[in-house]
Amino acid sequence: MAGVDAAAVKAMPRPAPWQALAWRLAPFFSIGLLLIAWEALARSGTFTPFVLPAFSSVVARIWSDAITGDLLINTGLTLYRAIVGFLISAIGGVAIGMAMSRSVGVRWFFDPIISVGFPMPKIAFLPVVILWLGLYDLSKISIIVFDAIFPVVTATIAGIKGVERELLWSARNMGARDREMLWQIVLPAALPMIMTGLQVALPLSMIVAVVAEMLMGGYGIGGAMMTASRFADSPGVFAGIVEIALVGLVLVKGMTMLRRRLLIWHQEANEPTTA
Amino acid sequence: MKSLIRYSPLLLLALAWEAASRLELVSSLALPPLTSVLAAWFDLLINGELVSNGWASLYRGGTGLLLSVIVGSTLGIFMAWWRPVNALVGPLVELFYPMPKSALIPVTVIWLGFGDGSKILLIFLGCMLPVTIGAFNGARSSDRTLVWSARSMGASRMRMLWDVVVPSALPELLSGVRTALALTFILLVSSELIVARQGLGYLIGYLGADGAYEAMFAVVLTVAFLGFAADRAYQLLMNRMLQWRE
Repeated sequence: MAGVDAAAVKAMPRPAPWQALAWRLAPFFSIGLLLIAWEALARSGTFTPFVLPAFSSVVARIWSDAITGDLLINTGLTLYRAIVGFLISAIGGVAIGMAMSRSVGVRWFFDPIISVGFPMPKIAFLPVVILWLGLYDLSKISIIVFDAIFPVVTATIAGIKGVERELLWSARNMGARDREMLWQIVLPAALPMIMTGLQVALPLSMIVAVVAEMLMGGYGIGGAMMTASRFADSPGVFAGIVEIALVGLVLVKGMTMLRRRLLIWHQEANEPTTA
Repeated sequence: MKSLIRYSPLLLLALAWEAASRLELVSSLALPPLTSVLAAWFDLLINGELVSNGWASLYRGGTGLLLSVIVGSTLGIFMAWWRPVNALVGPLVELFYPMPKSALIPVTVIWLGFGDGSKILLIFLGCMLPVTIGAFNGARSSDRTLVWSARSMGASRMRMLWDVVVPSALPELLSGVRTALALTFILLVSSELIVARQGLGYLIGYLGADGAYEAMFAVVLTVAFLGFAADRAYQLLMNRMLQWRE
């Protein structure tokens, strides 16, 4: 298959330079088009400014929030909650997954909990968490961990299960001790799968952080958006969306870069990236 | 018997719950005994609250998910099939995919109000991109030799789309839909918790604000079970649909 593909690539006619340039510029073109269409539609008067505030007024709103410092506080708090929750899920999830792979007893206890709990909408437990832990960061971070830990655990188990037997045997044969086996063989070999689990957990942490903030109010992008929507302040609501979209984009891209950096030794680093 | 041993930890947790609450180890206000939660569940079932709110949620979730699957898979396959579509839509997909979709809750309310429409729109927008990306990756990875053989045997472009590209996109498309199914529940419950006058999420919030914690736990467990059952049912369906593969 690979040979056929390589031949096919070679046989394809090279695009003219201006064509190559056009393909490179296409992304900016469509994003620009979207923004222009938004601005034009808002100014045309088809919709009231309440339903669709102009892009320029949303930008102005973000700018004024940036000057008063609200932008920094709100995005900072949302990021802080999401990332702390994500890190706890990452460390706890890998630890639970490793313990489940090593000990029969731990596996017996956690296996049904994970397999039943993973597909459940844990967000439904948010009012219960509020009842138990109150309205502060503790409950926001707890619900994030409760949601984001499951994909990490399942990915860790799948990753450890997928480690090649030959690797384990040769390492043992060459006299690796348990600790060395874990840190130098099992975890690196399971890392691609673990990273995939983390790449699911990170956006999930953001989604849950925003919902928790919306429900509990207070500072944070979610809380600010709810306050804005209560006062029928739609530029505020749209500003929140633009801010959270940018934060999400940066986090997800950062995670992809981290994956590439951590797995540079892995064969996937040489494969052409998809999407 | 085997499954009894397998699921015994869940049973143990249930017993621990009951015991902790009955023995007053924790306040029974914070954790009502499981048996009274079950009793509250039957009450809700009999007085019809569970059914009417359940229908509202099911209708919203089902419609939103269905729309997202139809639009998302069409978009994804066309992105893989025709490069200009990808050049135009791809960057937007990449831009909006990492956005936490729950941020759209207040906007959909501004656009469509407190009722069904805003929830359906939210679920549609939130679930569309995972489906699109699944369909796109699946369709793009369709076997070149299959495409070439179909073409050399004289298949038209449309036939090839249906008979070669769509089937080979199916596995990744279906797993994209599974992600969308999980997202549907998350978005449905959160939007109903935050702004709604009907639905299971609304019922949870309403009962909680009312201090009827037994009933609130009953609805929370119902929603959790529905999400679990939907995922298992979908997995069965997915395995059936992919039976033709070796």
